[in-house]
Amino acid sequence: MSETATAPHRALGLTDAEYELIVDKLGREPNAVELSMFSLMWSEHCAYKHSKKLLGQLPTEGPYLLMGPGENAGAVDVGDGLAIAFKVESHNHPSAVEPFQGAATGVGGILRDVFAVGARPIAVLDSLRFGELDSARSRYLLEHAVGGIGHYGNSIGVPTIGGELYFEGPYEQNCLVNAMALGIAEADRLTRSAATGPGNALILFGALTGRDGIGGASVLASAELGEGDADKRPTVQIGDPFAEKKLMECSLELLDRELLVSLQDLGAAGLTSSSSEMASKGGLGLDIHVDRVPLREPGMEPFEIMVSESQERMLCVVEPARVDEVLAVCAKWETTATVIGEVTDSGRLRVLSGGDVVGDMPVEALVDDCPLYDLAPEKPSAPIYPTPARTLPPDTGARAILPALLGSWNVADRRPVFEQYDCLVQSRTVRRPDDADAAVLLLPAPADGGARPAIAVSIDGSGRRVACDPYRGTVEAVLECAANLACVGAEPLGLTNCLNFGNPEKPHIAWQLSESVRGMADACRALDVPVVGGNVSLYNEGPEGPIYPTPVVGMVGRLPDAARAGRLGFAVEGDAIAFAGPFAPALPGSELAKLRGEPLPDGLPEIDVASVRKAQEAVRDAVRRGELRSAHDVAEGGLAVALAECCLGGDHGARVDFRGAGSEGERLLETLFGEGAGGFVLSGPRPALAALAREIQLTFVGEVTGSDLVLTLDDEATLSWPLAELREARSRGLADAIG
Amino acid sequence: MRFGVLRFPGTCDEVDAQLACERVGEATILWHGDTDLQGVDAIVVPGGFSYGDYLRVGAIARFAPIMESVIRFAREGGPVLGICNGFQVLCEAGLLPGALLPNKTLRFVCRQVDLVVEHADTVFTNACAEGERLSIPAKHTTGCWYAPRELYEQVEANGQVLLRYAPGENFNGSLGDVAGVRNEAGNVFGLMPHPEHAVDPLTGSVDGLKLFQSIANHVGAHV
Repeated sequence: MSETATAPHRALGLTDAEYELIVDKLGREPNAVELSMFSLMWSEHCAYKHSKKLLGQLPTEGPYLLMGPGENAGAVDVGDGLAIAFKVESHNHPSAVEPFQGAATGVGGILRDVFAVGARPIAVLDSLRFGELDSARSRYLLEHAVGGIGHYGNSIGVPTIGGELYFEGPYEQNCLVNAMALGIAEADRLTRSAATGPGNALILFGALTGRDGIGGASVLASAELGEGDADKRPTVQIGDPFAEKKLMECSLELLDRELLVSLQDLGAAGLTSSSSEMASKGGLGLDIHVDRVPLREPGMEPFEIMVSESQERMLCVVEPARVDEVLAVCAKWETTATVIGEVTDSGRLRVLSGGDVVGDMPVEALVDDCPLYDLAPEKPSAPIYPTPARTLPPDTGARAILPALLGSWNVADRRPVFEQYDCLVQSRTVRRPDDADAAVLLLPAPADGGARPAIAVSIDGSGRRVACDPYRGTVEAVLECAANLACVGAEPLGLTNCLNFGNPEKPHIAWQLSESVRGMADACRALDVPVVGGNVSLYNEGPEGPIYPTPVVGMVGRLPDAARAGRLGFAVEGDAIAFAGPFAPALPGSELAKLRGEPLPDGLPEIDVASVRKAQEAVRDAVRRGELRSAHDVAEGGLAVALAECCLGGDHGARVDFRGAGSEGERLLETLFGEGAGGFVLSGPRPALAALAREIQLTFVGEVTGSDLVLTLDDEATLSWPLAELREARSRGLADAIG
Repeated sequence: MRFGVLRFPGTCDEVDAQLACERVGEATILWHGDTDLQGVDAIVVPGGFSYGDYLRVGAIARFAPIMESVIRFAREGGPVLGICNGFQVLCEAGLLPGALLPNKTLRFVCRQVDLVVEHADTVFTNACAEGERLSIPAKHTTGCWYAPRELYEQVEANGQVLLRYAPGENFNGSLGDVAGVRNEAGNVFGLMPHPEHAVDPLTGSVDGLKLFQSIANHVGAHV
C-alpha cells in the first residue's frame, strides 16, 4: 500500500503542510477525533481558504444593512421595525450524487440558517443548472432535484416563489443546486450565534444523530467529482421536512419567549462546526459530552458523532435556570432536546466521552488558523469550453428563430417546474412566478394604516455570459437582478451571492474567480448595494472539465405600495410600447449564438453601469407612480423574446416598428435577438412614457393591439406570429423534455 | 361568530385559514393535543402536511385528541370545513364520503383553477350563486377524489357535490370532476382547492371568501 493511501490526513483532504500546522498548533499529533474535526473545519467548504482573501473586496456596508456576513444569514431593514434575513447556499455535489435528497436538504439547510437568526422563513428561491436535456442524466437530475425542492419546501409551509433554470453542457456531470431563503423578524430581535456566559448549558435539539453525511463538507464538497461518486452516496444527508417543520416552530417559540442566549444550526461539519463557530464568536470554550448525544444507531464513535451531518438539528446556549423551560417547549413540539455540554472560559473545544477527554483543541486553531491561500490567476490562452452543438439549421431566418428561441430549454416557459412548488402559503404572494420579473411579497400593514409595503426578490446569474467574460458577465448578473427589482418598483437593499466555480488551484479557474469577484464588487458599489452574506462552492468540475463560472446573485428590495407592484405582461389594448435604457444588443455569447453552435466570444462589450443604474431608477420610479402598465427587462433571447414574453404574459398582441434594422441579415438578427445589459420593454399611456423619455433613453416603438405579434421591418416587409403559435412553442419547450 | 382552526404538527396553512376567517368573524387556533373546542361556532381543518403525511395522508391526524371533539361537534350538527389536508383528514375520520388518491400525474401541482358551484343553498355556499364560477388556487399531490361506484352514485343523487372543477380544470383526475363534497347531513364539507388563499385582492382573487362568508351567514342565522 502506498503512503498516500495510508496517511490519514490526506484521505481526509488535508495537505502535509496543513497537517504539520495542526501538529504545531496542538503541540502534539492530533488523535483521530481531532484530526476528523480539523479536516472539516479546514476544508474549503468551512474555511473558504481559497476565496476568503478575494471576498474582502465585496462591499458589506449599506444604509439598510442590519446584519452582515459572518452570521447564519444577513439581514436588511425594511422599515416599520422589521428586518428581512436572507442567504443563498449551494448543495451542488450532494445533488450531483443524489439529486432528490441533495436538493431537499439544500432547502432544509438554508431554511435553518434563516430561522437560526430568529426570522420566520417566508420564501425560498432556487437557482438550478443542468446539462442539456437531451441527456438522460440531465433529465434525471432535473426531475429529482425539482422533486426534492418541492417535497421539502411544500411540506414545511414555506412558499417557493421564484428561481432560475439553465441548461448547458458544462453542467452535465456537475449540476448546480443553489437555494435561497428569506425570513422576516422584528429588527431588534435578530439572534446572533455567539456563545456567552461560562456555565451556561449547551442544548442540542431536533433529529437524532446518525451516520449520514459523514465527511460531506470535506470529501464531497471540497473535491472534484469523478469516478466512483456513487460510492459517496452515504455522504449525502437524508432530509425530513416534518422534523424540520417541528424544529422551526420550536425554535421560533423558544426565541419568542426569550429563552435562548444564542442559537446556531447544524449544517456542514455538523456539531464540530456549529459548536466551534459559537465558541469562536463568543471568545469562549465549550465542553461537549458526546455520550449524551441521542443517536439514531448504537455504537457510533465519538468522531462520527462530532462530524455527522444528520439534518434537522439545532444547537443553543441556555442559562441554567431556563433549561427546564426550554426542554418543555421542545417536548411540546415533539422535538428531542438534550443538554450535551456547557460553555467554559477555557478557549478550548473539549470532547468528552464516558468522562474521558477524547479531543481537546484551541477553538482559535480550529476556526481561525486554517491557512488562507493566494490564488495564481492566469487568463487561459485558448478557449476552455467546448463549442455547443448547432441545433438551428444554418440559414434559419428571423421568422423561424423566434419560436425556436422561445421553445429552447433556456428560454421556454418554466411552468412545468414552478407548478411543482407551493408559491402561495403564508398569504404574502403578490406576484407569482410568470407575473413579473421579480417575486413580490406583502409586508405587514403599517401602523398608520397607509399603503401596504412589500419586498421584491430575484435570483440570477448566467454562467454562459460569465464564461465569455468573468468580469462583465458578473456585472451583468448583478445588473440583471437589480433590473428585475426595478420592473416591480423595488429599490435594492442588499444581495447575497453563491460563487460556483471549478478548482481554484488551477490558474484559469483562479482567473475566473478573481475577475468575477472584482466584477461583483464593482457592480455592488456602482449600485450602492451591500453583500449581506453568501456562500462559495469550488471544485465544481469533473473529468470533462469545469462548469461555467457561475456567480449567482440573490437580491432583495422594497417597494412602498404592493398595489402598484409591476407586471411584465402587456395589459391594455392601445397602450404605447417603448424600448428604454442604454441597450446595445450583441449576438456573441447570446442564446441565439448557442443555438447556432457558435463558440463563446473572448469578452463581452463594455457596460455603462451608471447609465444602466439611471435607467433602472427611472423605470422603478415610474412603476411606483403607477404610470406603467408593464415593465420587463431584456435578457436571454433579446428584444424579440422580451416582446413575445410581454405579449404572452398579458395575452395581448403588439405591433412594433423595427424600421432601420434592415429586413434581413445579421444586422436584423442582432437587433431582434442580441443580448446585453440595460434594456427594458415598457408599456403604458403615451404621456407617461413621454415623461420618462425626458429622463432616460427611450424610443416609442409600437402599440399593444390584436392577437398577433407583428414586427414592421420596412415599408413592405413585416414579420408576424399569431400568439397561439408563440405560446405553443414556449409552453412545449420544457414540458416535452420532462413530461 | 368564532371559528376554531386546528393545528397539528406539520399543518402549514392554519395561519392563512385564520386570516381568512378573521375577515368574516373571529378565529382561534386549536392545538391537536387538546380536546376543548373552546365553544367555537365552526371548525376549519386546514391544509398542510399533518404528521408529515406519514403512513397515509390524514391517517395519523384523524387520531389526534382534538379530532374526538371535532367528530362529536360534527355529529351534533356543527359546521366543519376541511381544506386540502383537512379534507383528507375528514375523509379518514369517516365524516366525509370517499378518499383522496395521488394526482394522476403523481406530482405536486400548484395552479389557479376555476370551480363551478353546483348548489348554493348550503351551509358552505349560500353566499354564491348556483352555476357561479370561482377562481381559487389548488396545490396538492394527493387530491384525486375517488369513491366506489355505489357510493359515488349516492353522493351525486344526494346532491352532495357542492363544487366541481370547471371543464378542463381537473388536473388531479378526480372522479366526476369533484372538487368539494359535503356529508349527507350537510354540515361537513371538504375541498381540495384553497379558499383561504383567495380572500385578498392584493394576492389574487377574492372568490374563496364566499365560502367563509357562507359559514358566517349560516351561523348568524342559527344563533
